[in-house]
Amino acid sequence: MTLTTDVLVVGGGPAATWAALKAAEQGASVVLADKGYCGTSGATASVGTGVWYVPPDEKAREAAMSSREALGGHLADRRWMARVLDETYERVNELAEAGRYPFPTGPDGTPLRNGLQGPEYMRRQRIRVKRAGVTVLDHSPVTELLTDADGAVAGAAGYRRQAGQPFEVRAGAVVLATGGCAFLSKAFGCNVNTGDGALLAAETGAELSGMEFSNAYGIAPEHTSVTKTAFYNYATFYRADGEVLEGAGSQRGRSVIARTLLSGKVFCKLDLADDAAQRAMRLAQPNFFLTFDRLGINPFTDPFAITLLAEGTVRGTGGIRIVDDGCATTVPGLYAAGDAATRELICGGFTGGGSHNAAWAISSGSWAGRSAARFARALGRGARQVSAAGGAGLRPTRGAKDVDVVEIIRTVQAEVLPYDKNYLRHGDVLRSALRQLDGAWRSVRSDLRAEGASTVTARQAVAMVAHARWMYTSALLRVESRGMAKRLDHPGLDPAQHHRITSGGLDQVWARPEGAAA
Amino acid sequence: MIELVSAAQCIACDKCIEVCPTNVFDRGEDGLPVVSRQSDCQTCFQCEANCPADALFVAPHTHPLPAESYAHDEEHLRRTGLLGSYRREIGWGHGRTPGAARAVGPALSPAGPPLIS
Ligand SMILES: Cc1cc2nc3c(=O)[nH]c(=O)nc-3n(C[C@H](O)[C@H](O)[C@H](O)COP(=O)(O)OP(=O)(O)OC[C@H]3O[C@@H](n4cnc5c(N)ncnc54)[C@H](O)[C@@H]3O)c2cc1C
Ligand code: SF4
Ligand code: SF4
Repeated sequence: MTLTTDVLVVGGGPAATWAALKAAEQGASVVLADKGYCGTSGATASVGTGVWYVPPDEKAREAAMSSREALGGHLADRRWMARVLDETYERVNELAEAGRYPFPTGPDGTPLRNGLQGPEYMRRQRIRVKRAGVTVLDHSPVTELLTDADGAVAGAAGYRRQAGQPFEVRAGAVVLATGGCAFLSKAFGCNVNTGDGALLAAETGAELSGMEFSNAYGIAPEHTSVTKTAFYNYATFYRADGEVLEGAGSQRGRSVIARTLLSGKVFCKLDLADDAAQRAMRLAQPNFFLTFDRLGINPFTDPFAITLLAEGTVRGTGGIRIVDDGCATTVPGLYAAGDAATRELICGGFTGGGSHNAAWAISSGSWAGRSAARFARALGRGARQVSAAGGAGLRPTRGAKDVDVVEIIRTVQAEVLPYDKNYLRHGDVLRSALRQLDGAWRSVRSDLRAEGASTVTARQAVAMVAHARWMYTSALLRVESRGMAKRLDHPGLDPAQHHRITSGGLDQVWARPEGAAA
Repeated sequence: MIELVSAAQCIACDKCIEVCPTNVFDRGEDGLPVVSRQSDCQTCFQCEANCPADALFVAPHTHPLPAESYAHDEEHLRRTGLLGSYRREIGWGHGRTPGAARAVGPALSPAGPPLIS
């Protein structure tokens, strides 16, 4: 199947749907291709999110911006924060009015718009996208980009899983909104997020930023998936012997939990919630209680074992580097939005509990959609010669051996999921992890050749190897602790390293301070 | 993980096959969905939320449960109200109020607004 369109949006979560809506509003023809199903796929659809929705009141806005600057290691940018607050406010109101999202009313009669239930939000976004005339391709993972003779991005190719056929979309511009990378950890809603966008972008020469901010871990009851963490603010954490785990906490003190989990179990009880809070919690997060109700656990009175699941760059902040207000990348015709793009511009090196991600997905999606539409219009409709940009997993340099994709995934997971490697980071450990990852890269680059349906898993594996290498290369360059990129061997903040870190490359991975010469 | 497809309840509407983000189901010859790739299930409960017939049950475990588990005991799941419970709680289905409209949670800080997600 081959389609031609002005704008191709890759992804189907909030960033992708806002991009598609805004591109269509500009009069562009739009195709949206999602790996899963637009409406249920991606982190937001399952999880739901708090949103950085702050009315345009000077004091409130100032407080919203300043509250997070230190946490993010002072890498955010006030101008971007202000733009995101403006855009998010407008778009969430649009969702209430045009999208008819049923926002609740507070006990004092004030309308509340500071959060979104995932299934409801994304169901409505799907309807809106379809009504806007967007062609939606579900179960259609994109596996590589197409570029023209000048190196501009001119479309993408992939495989339609349920139809069992390859597809290609020729486009004037492409928006990557494929989410972050959680390394198939089964964190809530995140298994579609394998970092595909960063790989696709890097293969056309795009740069990344902030990849050291990639070690988010969410709390979940042991052996389960729901990593929603807000209500662990009501928790007391215990050791196996029933003694309180001192210093452990959801916001501050998650590393204490990680350290304890290395050698034993950690239990928890949400025993700080009173009756009123308990009742209200159920209304706010029905999905949080799914696990407990089905396990027959009363989380307020029964201690339950917990685990930490890796969320990588989903609740980290690293991603494709943005170079202008329209979310363009360094490659012409290529735009990035949501978790696929870096969120450092608004929250520096730390996110979580701040609702920035959702606001960023809404805002960056809208901007990327609009500017992709303008780019495509300026380009006109003339046919371009295109070539496929995909490398590892599709076009091996040698192709002499069989590569076991499952084994590659296991190798990456062994280097990025364990708390004593990715969470509690140490230079020596990162260096040796990087050697394993480089080995995995050489193997997929020289020998992995996937065809048909198997291209999807192969490319996911390749994307995860690449992601992990940018992460650890950047983490090694940051010889200090800033934002979530903490180093056991360099625990302090170093004013001399007050800069973002740009990275990229595939066979030769590189990282350097933003603005430094190559 | 997805543990139960109730042949008795299912109306063969294909919805679960369509919406599962990780493509876990196939359509069986009799028209009922078949769990073909359980190991790809990400335990997101989306199929359950979207099933109009309350015919699916997703256990919270991220590993498969043994045959004798409660998750395969349809009678038990119905009796305890677990079957269809997610859909009920988010207020999807005819004549229900969307859960989003009622989602007023606690405020996590004294000055902050109530959580609504
Ligand atoms: C447990 C949890 C709680 C969270 N809580 C909050 C919160 O309270 N506030 C907040 O602001 N943020 C929160 N977040 C983060 C938030 O969910 C994400 O930032 C947000 O979902 C990003 O939107 P997105 O559209 O970029 O990505 P996603 O919603 O992840 O969507 C990515 C989409 O891309 C598709 N895709 C992936 N690869 C491909 C490919 N190769 N081809 C085609 N399509 C592809 C996927 O199928 C999916 O549809 C939370 C995250 C988690 C995991
Ligand atoms: S729980 Fe989610 S991943 Fe599993 S079968 Fe249902 S929709 Fe698919
Ligand atoms: S969504 Fe429910 S009724 Fe429809 S096919 Fe699936 S199990 Fe059957």
